[in-house]
Order: sequence, then structure tokens, then C-alpha cells
Amino acid sequence: MAAVGRTHATRWGVINVVVVLYALFPVWWIAALSFKAPSTLTDGNYIPRQWTWENYRGIFKTSEFTRALINSIGIALISTVIAVVLGTMAAYAVARLRFPGKRVLIGMSLLIAMFPPISLVSPLFNIERILGIFDTWVGLIIPYMTFSLPLAIYTLSAFFREIPWDLEKAAKVDGATPAQAFRLVIAPLAAPGVFTTAILVFIFCWNDFLFAISLTSTRAARTVPAAIAFFTGSSQFQQPTGSIAAAAVVITIPIIIFVLLFQRRIVAGLTSGAVKG
Amino acid sequence: MAEITLEGITKRFPDGSLAVKDVDLDIADGEFVILVGPSGCGKSTTLNMIAGLEDITEGTLRIGDQVVNQLAPKERDVAMVFQSYALYPHMSVRENMGFPLRLAKVDKATVNSKVEEAARILDLTEHLDRKPANLSGGQRQRVAMGRAIVRDPKAFLMDEPLSNLDAKLRVQMRTQISRLQRRLGTTTVYVTHDQTEAMTLGDRVVVMRQGLVQQIGTPAQLYDLPRNLFVAGFIGSPAMNFLNATLDGGMLRSPLGDLPLDDRTRQALERQNAPREVIVGLRPEAFEDAALSTRPSRGGPVFTATVDVLESLGSDAYVYFTAEGGSATTAELEELAADSGLRDTGAEVQQIVARLDAATRAREGAPVELLVDMAKAHVFDPATGANLTHPESGA
Repeated sequence: MAAVGRTHATRWGVINVVVVLYALFPVWWIAALSFKAPSTLTDGNYIPRQWTWENYRGIFKTSEFTRALINSIGIALISTVIAVVLGTMAAYAVARLRFPGKRVLIGMSLLIAMFPPISLVSPLFNIERILGIFDTWVGLIIPYMTFSLPLAIYTLSAFFREIPWDLEKAAKVDGATPAQAFRLVIAPLAAPGVFTTAILVFIFCWNDFLFAISLTSTRAARTVPAAIAFFTGSSQFQQPTGSIAAAAVVITIPIIIFVLLFQRRIVAGLTSGAVKG
Repeated sequence: MAEITLEGITKRFPDGSLAVKDVDLDIADGEFVILVGPSGCGKSTTLNMIAGLEDITEGTLRIGDQVVNQLAPKERDVAMVFQSYALYPHMSVRENMGFPLRLAKVDKATVNSKVEEAARILDLTEHLDRKPANLSGGQRQRVAMGRAIVRDPKAFLMDEPLSNLDAKLRVQMRTQISRLQRRLGTTTVYVTHDQTEAMTLGDRVVVMRQGLVQQIGTPAQLYDLPRNLFVAGFIGSPAMNFLNATLDGGMLRSPLGDLPLDDRTRQALERQNAPREVIVGLRPEAFEDAALSTRPSRGGPVFTATVDVLESLGSDAYVYFTAEGGSATTAELEELAADSGLRDTGAEVQQIVARLDAATRAREGAPVELLVDMAKAHVFDPATGANLTHPESGA
């Protein structure tokens, strides 16, 4: 019995290690590149012979990268907050209320999510230029919100549906106004859903390249993924490989921090014990 | 504390279905009233309308001397215990019980002392800092009760609060609720589908069916003087036996033989213009083992039945037998059979049950002579279901 359990565990252990290696290998490669000196960049070693911070110093020397980083953080955070707040309210309505046109509304939001962004880039480019929001934060926040809201509504309404309606009735009878019932009872229970959604939306905004490259033209609103594409080597004969690798590592860090911070809040089964299950 | 008055309360859902129809009910201050009936009879909807969780389509609802039709639940000052308990899972027991008081902006010291007091009454003191997820079903039920009693509301509304507990705990909690209500003297409306709970808990019981009130009365009134077939069949366990019978002068020709009517019944039937074909209802205790009868010879008609099953409970013996020509069926009785069939699976609806003295010599498969106490017989009109022998019927 114990032996069977052990071989079973070993088999899964091996599979896990293979999967994790497969996923992390490119990450390791880019990290290794970012620590290599320009002369050894192409020596084909997976482990740098000579460790150097030169690439990192390089990208932080000019304001081009730091400015892009600020743009990225600002735009992604604002889009996430707006999408989650609107998404929470919409999802609550979708989960709780019966109103005419509910199915149409859900269908429409799905439709938006399914639209290939590439087909919208040209019209958006023209619209934003006419409206004067081309190459501004708002010009990126609006499309990010539009594309992440359906996702937010979907994820959140699933969480809201899990919360027993009796809790809300109980809160009302206990003397809560609808707003208090939502704030004191429903929202805390929906918190894991809100954090999950926030992470997904943030990652979507943070990683976007298409809108960032099409709807910006200067450093005023250019985010990191777009800015990296504009990196140049120190001479026109040199590839900016080291800088790109360093920048790629740097922009991964906020995502990792964001996920680690909120992961603890995503506790499954928070609602257990509310009603007899 | 307050009286609750329902006047012509009607609930029609947006899809047009009528859930509750024209309910009139006066609940006195401090009274314990039970709404009982099979599922879908409108009892929970009625309770939700009193709580303010459902809109009232028509009629007037008063709590105290205030019309509350348009008031939100929080302005009605009633507390509710839900079948699911509806405890807030992210709050400790203490926070759960104090929640209504905190919403009412009561100061912290008072909240604490009230919660501690309620916890002491309900024996929850040692669990105050635990989360609902770590409590047993019975403890959760008590927390739900505690949340209701801390704020001293005008009324308690309970929606099948015991139906999620196992049988033994349910009986315990039943007596506890009864004791608590008596001690606090708070007006209570209690919804259940279990007639035993209704009979044991209530000062008065309201029997509902398909959105209509069938009868309102004390448990004894419902048991002894049911107004119609439905109430007669719903109240009492084992249920009343129903037999098809034909009225022939002073005689009831039934599958058990000819049953002579006593004067009271005969007069009542004449007054009512009873139809020839009727249904006769006999509770299990209307039968008696003729061999053990101490009554004088005029005690009543005697017939012989072959015992199918004998259940000896020590205090009593239940004898099951079938009668030629069988039990009566009407829409009401079909509904009851379907409803109870869920509870007592495999029960033979066609059987007649008699409750005999434990000293009976009846044996399975052997015949037994049974005496019928005609003073306890009810006669129903099969078309309307009305109890023709009820002293007030038709009057």
C-alpha cells in the first residue's frame, strides 16, 4: 500500500518537474541574457561566465524606460480599478436581478470579448486622433477597460452566484440598507472573486502590446512593451539584446509581486458555513 | 412586542401565478402562531411578506398599530430565522449575533452584554469566537436564534428553522424554542411543513393549501374539529382513515359494515342536506378492541377485520388492515398522499390503521373484532371536502 503510494507520488513529482522546467526555461534564458556582458551575449552559454549589472544600469540611465514603466503601472492600475468596480456592480446585477434584456446584455459583452482587437486598431486610431486622446493615458485606459470588462463581469458573476441569497435577506431583516448589505455581507464574501478578477485584468493590461504600440506615438503614454520595441543599441551596428532582456525581467517583477500579494486573499471555500451544505 | 394583523393579504407573482390568496389573520401580542401546509401552499411567501422580503400585492399588513405594507424590512423591527440559518460566514459567532445591534448603532458595551446574555441563554458562550464553518448544525441553528433574540424585536419570524436538523436534535430544539418563546413573550410566526411541530409548538395553527387558509385554530380544535378533508388528513399521525360510505337514513353503509349515526351527527347531516355518497373519517383512536372494551353494549358498531400488520409500541398497538371497497380518494387526499409519501416512503395509502390498547390479543394474519366509536366519526362531502359534522359548517 505504502509502496504503491510512493511510486504514485514519484511519478507525479517527475511530471511536475518536467512541466515546471518547460515553463521556466525561457524565463531563465532571458534572465541569463540580461546579466551577460555585451561581448559574451552570443557565446551560447545558459549561465553567464561574467555576471554584470550593466544592462540594468543601461536601461535606467535614460528616462525612456522609467517613463514607460510609470505609464505602464499607472495605466494598468487605473484600468484595473475601473474595470473591477464597474464589473462588480454589473456582475451583481447579472447574478441577482431579473430584468428584461439580461441575456442580450450578457451576449453583447461576450461579443465584445470575442472581437479580434487587431480589427479595431485602425478605427480606434482614427477615432482617438479626432477626439484628441491619441497618445494619452485615457486613450489606452478606455480600450483596456472595454476588453477587460466582459472578463470581469463573467468571473465576478460566477462568484456572486455562489453566495447564498438568504444572507442578503438576513442582512435586510437585521436592519441593513441594501448598500450596507452589499458592503458588510456580500462584498467581503465576494473578495476572493474580486481579487482574482483584478489580477486577470491587471495582467491583461500590463501585457498588452497591440494597443500600446498603435495608440501611442511618444513617451507621453508609451507603456513598457511598446517602449522595448523602440530600444536602440549604443551604435547602429549593435543589437539592443541585453537591454531588452533586462527590461523584460524588470516588467515581470510587478506581476509577480501583484500575484503573490493577492494570492493569499484568494481563499477558496470562504463561504462555507453560511448555510447548511 | 406587538400584534400582527393580516387583512386580505394576497400575493400574485409577476408571471401571474397566485401564491397567497386573501389571508385574514389576527396574531395577538405574544402569541405563537404556526403556518403549516405542504410545500407550495404559500406559507413561506406569507412569512416573507410579513418580513418585508416580498411585496404585498393586495391587502393590509399591520405590525402594532402601524400599516407596514410599504416599509422596508429594516423599518419593521422583526427578526427572522432562516431554514438555511443564513449565518455570515466571515464573522465570528459574536459578530453574527451582534450584527443587527451594530447596524442599529447600539454602543459597544451594550452590544457585548446583550450578545453574552443571549449566548448564555442558548448555551453558546464557549463558541462566541468561532466561525460558523466550525460549528455543528445544532450550534449554527442556535446562533441563528441568538441573532434574532439579541435585538428584542417586535416579532420573530421563523422559516422552517428545524428542518435541517436530524430527528433527535429537532425534538430537543423544538422544546427549546417553545421555552424560549414563552420566556421572552415575543409574538412569533413559525412556518413548517411538519404537522407534529405545528401541533406541539403553536398556540394557534393556520393550515394552508394552495395559497388559501383552510382553517385557523388551536391544535386541539384542528385535531377534533377539522373543517374539511384536507385539514383532517393533514393533522394527526398516523393520519385519519377515510372511507367511502353511503347515507341511508340513520345508517352509514361503509366498507366496515353499517355504522349507525348518533343523534348529533344525524342532526348535523340533516341540517346540511348531506349528499347520499359521503366520505367518513375515523381517526385511529376511534377504533377499540371489542374484546377489551369496558363500554356498555350500546358502545357502537362492531366489525371484524383481518390484521395485516401489527406494530406494538409498548404503550399502544397499531393495527393495519384493508377494507373491501377501499379508502376514499379526492383531490385533497391525493395531494396529502403525495406530500406524505415523500416522508414515509412505501406507506400503504389504502390501508386503515387502528390504535388499540397494548393489551390487545390481535395477531398478524388473524381476525380481530373492532368497535367503532361513532361519536368520533367525521362525515365529509366528497364534492367540496367540507366536514358536514363540524358544528359551525354551513352556518
